[in-house]
Amino acid sequence: MEYIETDKKRMRTATLLSIVPGLGQIYNKQLFKGIAFLIIFALFVIEMINFGAEALIGLITLGSTPGMDHSLFILIEGSLQLLILLLFILFYAINFNDARKVAKLWAEGKKVNTSIKSILLNMVDNGFPYLFTIPAYVAMVFAIVFPVLVTIFIAFTNYDFYHIPPAKLIDWVGFENFTNIFFLSSYRDTFLAVFGWTVIWTVAATTLQITIGIFTAIVLNQKFIKFKRVFGIIFLLPWAVPAFITIMSFSNMFNDSIGAINTQVIPLIDALIPFVDIGSLPWKTDPTFTKIAIILIQGWLGFPFIYVLVSGILQSIPEEQYEAARIDGAGVLQRFRHVTMPAIFTIAAPIFITQYTGNFNNFSMIYLFNEGGPGSIGAGAGSTDILISWIYKLTTGTSPQYSVASAVTLFISLFIIGISLIVFKKTKAFEMED
Amino acid sequence: MNRIMKSQKTSQFVGKFFTYFYLLILAVIIIYPLLITASSAFKAGNVAAFDLSFDTEWTLDNFKRLFSETLFGEWYWNTLIIALVTMVVQVTVITLAGYTYSRYRFVGRKKSLMFFLIVQMVPTTAALTAFYVMALLMGALNQTWFLMFLYIGGGIPMNTWLMKGYFDTVPYDLDESAKLDGAGHFRIFIQIVLPLVKPMIAVQSLWAFMTPFGEYMLAKFLLRTPEKYTVAIGLQTFINNPQNQKVALFSAGAILIAIPITLLFFMLQKHFVAGLTSGGTKG
Repeated sequence: MEYIETDKKRMRTATLLSIVPGLGQIYNKQLFKGIAFLIIFALFVIEMINFGAEALIGLITLGSTPGMDHSLFILIEGSLQLLILLLFILFYAINFNDARKVAKLWAEGKKVNTSIKSILLNMVDNGFPYLFTIPAYVAMVFAIVFPVLVTIFIAFTNYDFYHIPPAKLIDWVGFENFTNIFFLSSYRDTFLAVFGWTVIWTVAATTLQITIGIFTAIVLNQKFIKFKRVFGIIFLLPWAVPAFITIMSFSNMFNDSIGAINTQVIPLIDALIPFVDIGSLPWKTDPTFTKIAIILIQGWLGFPFIYVLVSGILQSIPEEQYEAARIDGAGVLQRFRHVTMPAIFTIAAPIFITQYTGNFNNFSMIYLFNEGGPGSIGAGAGSTDILISWIYKLTTGTSPQYSVASAVTLFISLFIIGISLIVFKKTKAFEMED
Repeated sequence: MNRIMKSQKTSQFVGKFFTYFYLLILAVIIIYPLLITASSAFKAGNVAAFDLSFDTEWTLDNFKRLFSETLFGEWYWNTLIIALVTMVVQVTVITLAGYTYSRYRFVGRKKSLMFFLIVQMVPTTAALTAFYVMALLMGALNQTWFLMFLYIGGGIPMNTWLMKGYFDTVPYDLDESAKLDGAGHFRIFIQIVLPLVKPMIAVQSLWAFMTPFGEYMLAKFLLRTPEKYTVAIGLQTFINNPQNQKVALFSAGAILIAIPITLLFFMLQKHFVAGLTSGGTKG
């Protein structure tokens, strides 16, 4: 569309006037909207003068007088102000866009809502989706986005048990926490050990629960099986019973001296199977055995979810596909490989990934079974601690290392988001319908 | 010919044998620890460890002691309140948001859906220090409302996404024809579409309700005095001291928690798969 010079000028003027939000709208003869925008702008300016500017400066200095300035609160207020500033920038952009768009409508000679009534009506109609999603945003911003912002900031400070406000000030230390974790020998060794075990634990436990889940679903999906419902209900129990209860029970059962595994189960196996003599095993005192126990228990806890999911998928595979494969001469294994597995993975792959990321941060399993123990591998971590339980210990111990904990938190978040993004891209979960 | 049929029959028998063998072993492995826990609740005397034995004295004393000697009643009440509030607020919020993302095309829709998807990947529970500092500033340490707030907010991105997926399965023709009949935004939402997603709302409610019963880390971190505890951290105090294990009390408490939750779970179980697969895979 070609605009004549006056129209172009009109659009330019409207946009330029919008440097002060509202003026562009008033120029567009939308008095009501313009005043509303002006009021928002004025409120922001007043807020900035009375509180905001100081909060933002505080974010840079983090306070100057120990005992007087509470660095933590200054940091939080600064972060909050930063959020407000971001929101205002968003509003500012919308304001420009709106002025330009309406000016264009005038130029094209289209109808423009100028009366209060029609603008309000238009707002109700188009504002509906925003109105319905605002609660979700507010909750997310304060329960997720804001804490993440604060975590990022704290990871670059020296907030630990030597620097507890208000008696002491907190200072920015740049990348020191990160370089400590990656290069300082005391932290680096612990970090590498904990991270290594976290990855092994995640892969082993999740693969185990997925394997048992798929296998059980396929076994139970055979036609001849009697009491299918009874088995189905039993296999759901580990999911239905709250996990903390079963983990704590298992924790007691795996006790070295009095637990049921060493006093009942192993003697039974020894008695039933000839030439096998296992004896008592150090489940809680030997790191390797604790690790084996934790992985097995997670298999027990996690397989029902996969089993339910895969059972549903199996029932939706049309019988003809198997029939066709059979006619082509495919054996049981080939049918499984070329019909069953693809069907399961196309639907369930993203959910399997959430299982892996879930176990990566499965605090309850690690902490409730043996509190991350036995023993210690330095820097506050036990021999079976994963990153998240190490963070917990760094934060709650007698000499808290808040800033290091925050740095590890950032590492976890980036790691998880990175892996999820790669996988989601591959499984095309990002492709939206329009 | 005869031999082939015979070998087929044998292999069929072997297949059946191993099938039932596997199912039975798995069933025993699942039931054994649960039965141990459940039976320990009815044992008299000071039980130190779980094992499966039936030659003891049976009693209901442990349940009485649970309410007279410990704070279990208060813990249960606390957890129930947190669970109900979390459930009502979270399900309301995600239903509204899920409906909007499924039904309306508005400026910023795709970007904000992407935002939900990425925020959902953030392991929020790891931000312990941030929660601690926020709680300090607001005087929210040891306050249940802050815990509720974190439960509600933390579940929103993922569950909005699942909810939207389920709304997508309701045919659009329905709202189109309602719109032609002159129904407004609210009428279409409440009278036409909402009744059709009841199964998903039920599933989401159950999940939101179950979270506070099972969540340990945040509750343990934020709640500092015993009378504020939820059941998960309360029950753990019975068995985390190796010298003084109150296994029977733990088991009695565990039964009182597990039975209602398990029953609710089985009532809604058949909706789980539809809920999971409709939302998880597509935008």
